[in-house]
Amino acid sequence: MTITQNRRSFLASSLGLVVAVSLPLRSRAQSGAALAFQPDGTDPTFAPNAFIRVAEDDTVTVIIKHIEMGQGPMTGLSTLVAEEMDADWSQMRAENAPADDEKYKNLLFGLQATGGSTAMANSYTQMRKAGAAARAMLVQAAAEAWGVDASTITIANGVLTSGDKTSTFGPLAAKAAQLTPPEDPPVKDPKDFVLIGKDRPKLDSHAKSTGQAVFTMDMDLPDMEYVVIRHAPMLGGTVASFYDTEAMKVPGVTAVRQIPQGVAVYATSTYAALAGRSALSVEWDDSAAETRSSAQMMDDLVNLAATGEMKVAEEAGDIDGTLTDAAQVIETEFRFPYLAHAPMEPLDAVIQVKDGSAETWGGYQFPGFDKQAVAGNLGIDPSNVKLNVMLAGGSFGRRAQPTAQIGNEIGAIAKAAGRDGAWKLIWTREDDLAGGYYRPMTVHKMRGALDAEGNILGWHDVVVNQSIMAGGPMEQMMEDGKDPTSYEGSTKMPYDLANLRVNWVRAESAVPVLWWRSVGHTHTGYATEVFLDQLLEAGGKDPVQGRLDLLKSDMTRDRAVLEKVAEMAGWDGQKVKGNKGYGVALHESFNTYVAQIAEVEDRDGFPHVTKVWCAVDCGVAVNPNVIRAQMEGGIGYGLGSVLFNALTLGEGGHVVEQNFDDYRMIRINEMPSVEVEIIESSMDPTGVGEPGLPPVGPAVANAWRALTGTNVTSLPFKTTAGA
Amino acid sequence: MKTLTKMTVAALLWAGAADAETVNGLRTVDEFGAIADDTERSVALFKEMFVVIESPRCLNCHPVGDVPAQGDDMHPHQPPVVRGDGGMGAPGMRCSTCHGAENVAFTTGQGSIPGHNPWNLAPIEMGWIGKSAAEICEQLKDPERNGNRTLADLHEHNAHDGLVGWGWEPGEGRTPAPGTQEVFGELTQAWIDTGAACPTM
Amino acid sequence: MTTFTVNGEERTVDVPGDTPLLWVLRDELKLTGTKFGCGVAQCGACTVMLDGTTRRSCVTPVSTLEGADIRTIEGLDTPEAQAVQAAWTAIDVPQCGWCQSGQVVSAAALLYEIPNPTDEDIDRAMAGNICRCASYVRIRQAIKDAAKTLEG
Repeated sequence: MTITQNRRSFLASSLGLVVAVSLPLRSRAQSGAALAFQPDGTDPTFAPNAFIRVAEDDTVTVIIKHIEMGQGPMTGLSTLVAEEMDADWSQMRAENAPADDEKYKNLLFGLQATGGSTAMANSYTQMRKAGAAARAMLVQAAAEAWGVDASTITIANGVLTSGDKTSTFGPLAAKAAQLTPPEDPPVKDPKDFVLIGKDRPKLDSHAKSTGQAVFTMDMDLPDMEYVVIRHAPMLGGTVASFYDTEAMKVPGVTAVRQIPQGVAVYATSTYAALAGRSALSVEWDDSAAETRSSAQMMDDLVNLAATGEMKVAEEAGDIDGTLTDAAQVIETEFRFPYLAHAPMEPLDAVIQVKDGSAETWGGYQFPGFDKQAVAGNLGIDPSNVKLNVMLAGGSFGRRAQPTAQIGNEIGAIAKAAGRDGAWKLIWTREDDLAGGYYRPMTVHKMRGALDAEGNILGWHDVVVNQSIMAGGPMEQMMEDGKDPTSYEGSTKMPYDLANLRVNWVRAESAVPVLWWRSVGHTHTGYATEVFLDQLLEAGGKDPVQGRLDLLKSDMTRDRAVLEKVAEMAGWDGQKVKGNKGYGVALHESFNTYVAQIAEVEDRDGFPHVTKVWCAVDCGVAVNPNVIRAQMEGGIGYGLGSVLFNALTLGEGGHVVEQNFDDYRMIRINEMPSVEVEIIESSMDPTGVGEPGLPPVGPAVANAWRALTGTNVTSLPFKTTAGA
Repeated sequence: MKTLTKMTVAALLWAGAADAETVNGLRTVDEFGAIADDTERSVALFKEMFVVIESPRCLNCHPVGDVPAQGDDMHPHQPPVVRGDGGMGAPGMRCSTCHGAENVAFTTGQGSIPGHNPWNLAPIEMGWIGKSAAEICEQLKDPERNGNRTLADLHEHNAHDGLVGWGWEPGEGRTPAPGTQEVFGELTQAWIDTGAACPTM
Repeated sequence: MTTFTVNGEERTVDVPGDTPLLWVLRDELKLTGTKFGCGVAQCGACTVMLDGTTRRSCVTPVSTLEGADIRTIEGLDTPEAQAVQAAWTAIDVPQCGWCQSGQVVSAAALLYEIPNPTDEDIDRAMAGNICRCASYVRIRQAIKDAAKTLEG
């Protein structure tokens, strides 16, 4: 099935608020995630809008329209509401919103979606307004109940006070529920913030530290069967034929069915399903599959950098003339492999089909697409599908599926079963790593022009990779055949480069590609900041001062994070001290500005990163605790990938790395200590899930080059430097 | 063409059979009978024992440092582990945290995790990785560096120890050591009987 | 049929002997705090306590467990486990949370054996537990915090 989304609704980005939309008062939601955070057994009494429910026991439940996958929206968005309601933090609860593209759309995308580090950015005003409306209604309810003027009422820590009268929220909830929500309630001046800007404990930490948090894979339903799928070993392959005689002999296996995605094995336990899958024999049709090895594909990308159809992503001045006349031209070709997201909870979903209706549970990041996919597969109306967004055990972009991959799989499983029932789909790690949807393999062919004094005169970057957006519902966001997610970060650099051109060449393959934590910035951050460092070095400039001198005068936020990180690390221009090398990188992504300095040792010919200093400007720091956590995590995620990871296709296009023994994850002994400082700001907040990642690779590479003289241009380090 | 192929195969089989009596790539004691000089024969027998000793199945858990090797390519063990007390791993991360009493096939994909009771590293003084046949031979005879074993104890270890024997039954995904434990034991006995001589390099 | 003790309760299961303990816990006993991450003992998400030491349940056939004593995250009630969980919550170690049951089990086991672990002790005990969110900075800190609490 195909899903289309018209361009207009996609680009609709009104920041208007619909506080008037009331949730019907209904019993507790059934999603497992909800159960973990639900106020105990009490129904909400007061639901001033789609985002807030106040119960008589004083609990305030915030309906979180963004999936919680570790990046912290449950805590962050609840903080916004609590702030405007003047609630006490201990009364706050969070619950995942169900699929509803109207009520719960991402205001920057026009549909319900989490991605692009936008959760805080698009919710900031909306959630504060929602909280302010709730507050105003509680105040009015109290004024009426007490016979006082509303202006005499104050609220602090969840207690309303006027003279000698006091009340918590609960006793006023029923009365408040009778009132009409105000249309445009005023929100606080940032200087009056009580909660925003201070470290706030996360709402989900206890449940996740005690094994109580309920994820998709933890769901259990009566008579539920377990399903695993044999997917094609080459990406784009399809089933030619299969033999299930042996599989059906495995005790517990109840059915084997061909579905569009492969062959599904149904069983009464996960183990039986896996054993059945092992006993299955399948012949594959690779006629539409990618059968090149990744070494061949990389050769093809390199050729395309010279011979492919070049689109101009950005151009200024006369780069060709500058390169011709330059005193010195430096060229470097960077090569980036495919990368898998590898969330710790492998992909999964649960579905229950009964009497023409379906209910599904999953870590759905674009729930509207998945809901439609389930409906489409089952041939029922989407209004008969209930979708529950669950806590996700990581995603890093993997669950943000414009193709509704998991909605389609769980729908196909239910359809192929051909009966009412309940099924849980479980992917193994092998399914995950070999399953495609990778960060695109990419080549950056870069040329820089220097004058006789070592000043940078010109910059040319040819980016070659597959498009993430082409061929799906996102394609309509491409203009002139260009996919900005392929080269974002190589354009609009903060540096004053008068003569510049960025070209993009689109490569094609049956290997599906997808956004991977920080998307285009995963490679553009590395290529631009390592190459810039090379040019500064060739011109005899200091990496920090050279960058500062090169920043455009209006790039004040870039300047501030760079100066801050230099101060934190005590930068004194020495790139090597004793056995340690130091490297710097600066990169803005998703409107968040991050500079990092890495301290690196040479251990048996391989980098060991001992420390990373990180300065970040993400506007108002709603919860510094979460911001620091995301910087730490982004640094670890980025560092592990740069050091160790390449997802490679071997002979016939078969994926080589099948599990963590081959696809090596960074571990605690390889994690540097991290020091984070957040720039104070009153600008509207921007995201933090992704922007911590792009600078770490180039900072480490620059430190390594300073320390050893080796410029790592082909990632990961493991293939270049050994490990 | 067909006939030619058959003849070629027959010739190859014959040549192979005539070349040496091997069991799973390891020559048996009989093959060394033609060497008249006891010491020379002993050295030759040790070199044949070394074909087993230098197998990754044996070397991986005889590291000279604190970290075992893993796999046929002998990469450093992942996840990272250390020798710890008694060669049993570190507190919180013992060998037995992952390795059980027997090999266990993976349920999700290819391969298996090796196991035996006990599963542990050879003591550091019995470390072999990176050493020559001559060095390991001398080490094997030195009670300070062989676990205080007599030559008879050494034979017992090579011929009958369960963890040594695991080398020939290593589970899916690992190449077994050459030969069999029986042949390895016979080679060891013959080497001892001929004076337990060592190669000079 | 295999009979063993889980979190102090005797349980008998009738499943094929090569079924990994992980799936017995999750599918049969409905103890889903123990997580599946790799199936090959590389990630540690499935870590439980087996007869007093840490054990990856994904490579532990149920046939080897007759009479065994198993503790899962749900039944971890030692002073070390409580201190670890309190420290985990206090500094918000978890991000996505999927690996954290395994991390907590390993950390509690470490503190039981080494009440005041060094950074090297922590590396050695915890390197078998992958956190894809890379919450490692806080894992290290929380273990040290828990050690201080236990010291009293």
